[in-house]
Amino acid sequence: MIDRVRRVAVAALVAMVAVMLAAPATGAQEKTIVMASTTSTEQSGLFGHLLPLFKRATGIDVHVVAVGTGQALDIGRRGDADVVFVHDTAAEEKFVAEGYSVKRQPVMYNDFILLGPAADPAQTKGNDIAAAMKKLAAAGASFISRGDRSGTHAAELRLWKHAGIDIEKNKPAGYKECGCGMGPALNIASSTDAYVLSDRGTWLSFKNRGGLVILVEGDKSLFNQYGVMVVNPARHPQVKAALAQAFADWVVSPAGQAAIASYKIDGEQLFFPNARP
Amino acid sequence: MHPFTDSFVLALRLIGNVDAELVRIVGLSLRVSVTACAIGGTLGVLLGTWLAATRIALRPVAVWFVNTLLALPSVVVGLIVYLLLSRSGPLGSLGMLFTPKAMVVAQSLLVIPLFAALSRRLLLDALSEGGDQLRSLGAGRLQSALLMLVHERLGMITVILTAFGRAISEVGAVMVVGGNIEGFTRVMTTAIALETSKGDLPLALALGIVLLGVVGIVNLVISLLPGRTAAGREAFA
Amino acid sequence: MTAMTAVESAVLGAPLQPLVRLEQATVRFGDVVALRAVDLALHRGERLVVVGANGSGKSTLLRLLHGLVPCTGNRATFPLAPGGRAPVMAMLFQRPFLLSVSVRWNMLPALWLHGVRGRAERERRCHQALQRVGLERMAGRPARSLSGGQQQRLALARAWVIEPDLLLLDEPTANLDPSAKREVEELIEDVARAGVTIVISTHNLGQAKRLGTRVAYLEAGRVVVDLPVDRFFTDRLPREAEQFLKGELPWT
Repeated sequence: MIDRVRRVAVAALVAMVAVMLAAPATGAQEKTIVMASTTSTEQSGLFGHLLPLFKRATGIDVHVVAVGTGQALDIGRRGDADVVFVHDTAAEEKFVAEGYSVKRQPVMYNDFILLGPAADPAQTKGNDIAAAMKKLAAAGASFISRGDRSGTHAAELRLWKHAGIDIEKNKPAGYKECGCGMGPALNIASSTDAYVLSDRGTWLSFKNRGGLVILVEGDKSLFNQYGVMVVNPARHPQVKAALAQAFADWVVSPAGQAAIASYKIDGEQLFFPNARP
Repeated sequence: MHPFTDSFVLALRLIGNVDAELVRIVGLSLRVSVTACAIGGTLGVLLGTWLAATRIALRPVAVWFVNTLLALPSVVVGLIVYLLLSRSGPLGSLGMLFTPKAMVVAQSLLVIPLFAALSRRLLLDALSEGGDQLRSLGAGRLQSALLMLVHERLGMITVILTAFGRAISEVGAVMVVGGNIEGFTRVMTTAIALETSKGDLPLALALGIVLLGVVGIVNLVISLLPGRTAAGREAFA
Repeated sequence: MTAMTAVESAVLGAPLQPLVRLEQATVRFGDVVALRAVDLALHRGERLVVVGANGSGKSTLLRLLHGLVPCTGNRATFPLAPGGRAPVMAMLFQRPFLLSVSVRWNMLPALWLHGVRGRAERERRCHQALQRVGLERMAGRPARSLSGGQQQRLALARAWVIEPDLLLLDEPTANLDPSAKREVEELIEDVARAGVTIVISTHNLGQAKRLGTRVAYLEAGRVVVDLPVDRFFTDRLPREAEQFLKGELPWT
C-alpha cells in the first residue's frame, strides 16, 4: 500500500517539476517595457484587451505594474517604470513640471459613480454629485474613502471640496478611510451598507456587490481623465524611452483609440477615447 | 458554508482543466520559492552552523539579531530589496526589479534567518549531547557542528519544509519587488490577493486551496523519502 | 612523587617514560572547582584506574588528561620519541555518542580527522578495527540500531582505529549487562596488551583489581591516594578511602 502511495507521490512530484520548468520567463532579448498604472485600470480588464493589440502592432511586451496612482507616479519618479498611465490630471501635470516626464498626453476618460445601499438613507439618488455629497455629510452616513492617494481618492477629495465640505477639518460622522484599493473598498461598502465612490470600470467587473446600487451618475464633475506620460530619460538614463514612446504614440493614434473604444463589458463601453489629434 | 464548498469545487475544476494561466502561476511560485530556499538555505544553514560553533564575543549579539529578523515582515523585506534594486538605487543597473529574479532575492533574504535560527537550535541541542565526544575524536568546533548537521539530517528536513512554507505562502515581498505583472511575475499568493481585491472571493479561496495542495504534495513526497528505514518511518509516524 | 615512581618502576620492571604530566592542575567550571591542585604523572604502559564517588572529579581528570578542558597549573604531554609527534589520545564515554549513520561511517570521520587521507587506507584500517571488536559484519548497519554492548565496542573500534597512544575510558561498562561488560573488558585488556596506555575510571572495584596496575582515589577534586594496585588494596589507607572501599560492594 505504501509503495502505491509512493509511486503516486513521485509521479505528482515529477509533474510538479515539469510545471516548474515549463513556464518560461520571457527572454531578455524580447522588447519589453514596464508601465506603471492603476489597479482600477488593470482590474477593468482594459489592458488584457489593449496590450495584445499593441504587441501585435509593434512586437513590444508591456509589463503592467498596477498600484495606486500616487504609487504609480512614485515608481515613475524612481525610474522603475518606462511609461506611466494614470488618471489624476493635477498630479500628472505636477509630474511633468518636476521634470520626470517631458509631455503628458490625454488618452481617454471614464466616469465615477456614487454607489450606496439600495435603501439610500441619505437620499442621494439623482445626477447632482455636489448635492449628494452635501446630503451625505449632513446625514453622517457611512462612507468608505480609499484614502490611498489614488486617482479615485484624489477625485473624491475634489468632489468634497466642490460640494463646499472641508473633509480634513469636518469629517462627516460615518467617514471611514481604508487606505486600500478600489476592490477592497467596494467589499467593505457592500458588507457594511456604506456609500462609496468608484470608477465605472471596476464596478462593472466587481462580483461581490451585495446590496450596492448606482445612486449618482452622469454629472460632469464625475468625469475621470486618463493621461499617458513617458518617463524622462534625461532623469533616468536606463528608461527605455524609444519603446515607451512607441506605446504613448500608439495609444493616442487612431488605431489605439479605436482599440480603447472597442473594449466592452456586457456590451457596455467602459472608456471613451479623447486624445487630441 | 457555500463559499467554501463553491471554492473547493472551483479548485478541482481549475486543476482538472489544467488552466494555462494557473499552470503558469503555480510553476512560477514553485520556481521562485524552491530557488529561494536553495540559495537562502545554503547561506542560512552555513550561518546557523557558524553560530552554533563559534565562541567569539559578539556571538550573543549575532544570535539576538538573527532571532529578531525572524519577525521581519515579508513586505518590509520587499521594500528593502525594492529600494536596492530600483533604478534609483545602488543596484539599479542590474535591471532586476519587477522580474522573477528580484522575487528570488527577496524570498531568499526572508528565509535566511529562519534557516539560521532553526539549524542553530538543532545543532546546539545535538552538540550538547555529543559535542565533547566529537571533540575527543579531534574535531574542531566547526567540524563538530558540520558532523552534527549530517547527524541531524532528518531534523533538517523539517527546517526546509518550514522555510519553504514561509516562502511560498508569503505575498508582501513578491508583490512589492515583482509587481504582480500578469504572465510574468504573478504567483499564487499575488493572484489570491488580486482576486480578493476584485471581490472574487470563491476564486481567491480556490487558488488558496490549490496552493495548499501543491505544498501538500511536496510534503508528501518528502515524507516518503526516508523509505524503508526504521528511523525514517519513526520520524514521520 | 619521585619516591613513588621509583617504586612503580620496580614493580613494572621497565624504564618509565612519561606521557602526560599534571602539576598543580586546577579545573574550574564557573564557580565549581572540579579538580584541585592535582599532581599526576602518567607513564607509558601504565593502566591507571581512577576511583571515587560521583562528583569527585573522575570525569574531569580524564578530560584534563585528554586536553578537552583547560586548567590552571601545568599540563604537559611528552612525545614518545625525542622530537617525535605528540601522543595521540582517544576516549571512551559511559554512553557513547554515535552519529545517525552506519557503523562504518561513524569510523571514517575519526580517521579523516587524524590525517588518514587515502581512501583505501581508511577502509583498510576501518575494517581491521571492526574485525578486532567483532563488528565487521555490521559495517553497513545503522550505528544506533546496535545493542548497548555493541555500541560500546564500536566506540572502542572508533578509538582504536586512530592508533592511540593513550586510551581514556570514562566508566565504560557502567551501563552494560554482565556479558557485554565482560566482552568490553576483554577488548580493553587486548588494547592494553598491545602497548596502549590506559586510564579508566570506574565504580567497580573488581574491575579496578582486574584491569589496573595503579589506582588513584579522588575525593572532592583531590587525588587523595595514588598507589600501585596491589598496595592500594592491602595498605592502610586514609579514613575516607577506607570507608569508600567498604561502602562499595564490588559485584564483580
